[in-house]
Amino acid sequence: MALVQIDNVSRIYQTGEVQVKALQDVTLSIDEAAFVTFVGPSGSGKTTMLNLIGCLDKPTKGKVFIGKEQVDTFDRRQRAAFRGSTLGFIFQAFNLFQVLTAYENVEYPLVMIKNESISKRKEKVLKVLESVGMLDQKDKFPDQLSGGQKQRIAVARALVTQPKLVLADEPTANLDKKSAVNVIRLMRNMRDEFKTTFIFSTHDPGVMKEAEVIHTLEDGKLV
Amino acid sequence: MIRIFKIALRNLMRYKRRTLLTSMLITLGVLMVILFSGLAGSFKAIMIGQITDSNLAQMQIHKKGYVSSIDTSPLNLTINQKGYKTLEKVFKENPDIEAYSPRIKLSAMLSNFKETTNVRLNAIDPKKEIKVCPNVSDRMKFSGSEIPDILLKQGEIIIPEKLAKGLKIKIGDPVVLVANNKDGSVNGLNFTVAGVIESLVGPQGKEGYMHIKDAQSLLRMEQPETIEIALRIKEFDKLDDVYTDLESALAEFKNKKGKPAFEIHTWETLSPFANIAKMIDFMTISMKLIMIAIVLISVLNVMMMSVYERVREIGTMSAIGTAPGKIMGLFLAEGLSLGFISTLVGNIIGIVGIYFLNIYKIPFAFGRNTIYLLSPTINLSELVWVTAIVLLISVFATLQPAYKASKMEPVDALGHV
Ligand SMILES: Nc1ncnc2c1ncn2[C@@H]1O[C@H](COP(=O)(O)OP(=O)(O)OP(=O)(O)O)[C@@H](O)[C@H]1O
Ligand SMILES: [Mg+2]
Repeated sequence: MALVQIDNVSRIYQTGEVQVKALQDVTLSIDEAAFVTFVGPSGSGKTTMLNLIGCLDKPTKGKVFIGKEQVDTFDRRQRAAFRGSTLGFIFQAFNLFQVLTAYENVEYPLVMIKNESISKRKEKVLKVLESVGMLDQKDKFPDQLSGGQKQRIAVARALVTQPKLVLADEPTANLDKKSAVNVIRLMRNMRDEFKTTFIFSTHDPGVMKEAEVIHTLEDGKLV
Repeated sequence: MIRIFKIALRNLMRYKRRTLLTSMLITLGVLMVILFSGLAGSFKAIMIGQITDSNLAQMQIHKKGYVSSIDTSPLNLTINQKGYKTLEKVFKENPDIEAYSPRIKLSAMLSNFKETTNVRLNAIDPKKEIKVCPNVSDRMKFSGSEIPDILLKQGEIIIPEKLAKGLKIKIGDPVVLVANNKDGSVNGLNFTVAGVIESLVGPQGKEGYMHIKDAQSLLRMEQPETIEIALRIKEFDKLDDVYTDLESALAEFKNKKGKPAFEIHTWETLSPFANIAKMIDFMTISMKLIMIAIVLISVLNVMMMSVYERVREIGTMSAIGTAPGKIMGLFLAEGLSLGFISTLVGNIIGIVGIYFLNIYKIPFAFGRNTIYLLSPTINLSELVWVTAIVLLISVFATLQPAYKASKMEPVDALGHV
């Protein structure tokens, strides 16, 4: 069954006189528990695509469904709530909160977004930290961790709320080859373990190989 | 909630030097207000006490029109026995009044049998006067080192020290007082100088003292009359309320022409020092305004920088689904914490400072020889007020930056480097 349904979607950026068609009439669907990547040259629309699926942006035209929800009609507040409840995010530059420890970073969505009780929180955080293999590093602050370790914590933070779908825009671009492949494999293992759908974008052929479904974008069109 | 403050505090600690600097600035502002209002309050209290407790009294009642012609010590504007009785009834019915004292103000010629000079006198009922002006004897010197129990008896007079020096009058010497009566005739009586009194700046500061009964016979009053009634109330803080009460009570009494018979004044309208007291209040308010400006500007500045520096972090929070209100809350908590810690430190240093100022008292001179020691106090309500204002202003100053943070679009914020 399709988790994500993109229906004839266009996203046009208007800067002054100039119009940029970042996405043009794209239609596609992504299955539940899929491990999908978007690839393509720079400026082809990968980030735009992930932002639309991730409810960070609205299409200029077309419809976006996630599960049963038509998310392109959501307002700002609804999008924020939906992101918090259903989606997880992994970023290129890790974007961990500097003032929080690894443990607290993973705990953050449970406290600040989901309002879960302390005992439940602890169980979930420890479990996901163990899954990403970072249990022994849990009390370190982000700047005491390597890039690969930071991204593992970010994966844990994205997964701790048990989202249906995790989006990752170039999650390996700031990592060396070995760590990059390791992080992607970790993500795939997590998919296996939690049945979470993963959608990521990449430039890296070595990373691409790890994906199960590859969508290629060129000039805002699927090829 | 606890978590929000924990994150806020850690974010404050992130830029230690900047936080410390801002915090110190706010602390300084708070400290300035606490110390200044403590010292100024003490100074004001001493001054007011000095004025009201030694000769002016807290309030005075006269026959209507007396105060505007006070310089000539008019003898026709007297309160007769019936009037006095009526007023006594008013005082007894008012639970806020502690004591009252009848006075006659007169000027007379004083002679030591060689020379004659003019003297202004305050004729009092000593027992009543002491209750209204407990420090009336502070500036007086008597033959012994002790102050006589009843201050002065009939037939005795206390004259201004300068006058005594000028006329070479010593304590115990006989003098003659000659005064004009209401009807224009002249009368003289013999007195013994019981003591001298040091002059004080301000009105009624250069008067001598005599017994009210002597004044009544000197002025040939057929029945006891009074010129002035001095009042003391139980709680000085309630002065304005009691004044209003008495004013309306006195308005009931009309003279034959149907005009109000009496007038009442507080020390504030009688003493020029009231303007200095107002100036002190004004300066205290100015200090508070400066403090508010300091808090406003420094918190606003720091929080604007914080938001600007953390755009990407805000983008991340927003992207992963933190509600805009929570993001706003995080920054408000940060501004509030900054204000709170700073005022707390300011309050502590302020209290310690006041404590030490009370141990090592600050002396200042008022009048000629008397040295007063400032004992600054600060009441709890003042501390609470200052703290509340700082917290309020901190939150207020953070509103705009926090709102800006909560309104950021995650896509734009994440793209920000
Ligand atoms: N906020 C924006 N305003 C205007 N144009 C934009 C904006 N964001 C993206 N674009 C344009 O849209 C097109 C697609 O951009 P997008 O970021 O999706 O590409 P991408 O595939 O992610 O590229 P890269 O591999 O460099 O990250 C580009 O031509 C880009 O210049
Ligand atoms: Mg991109």
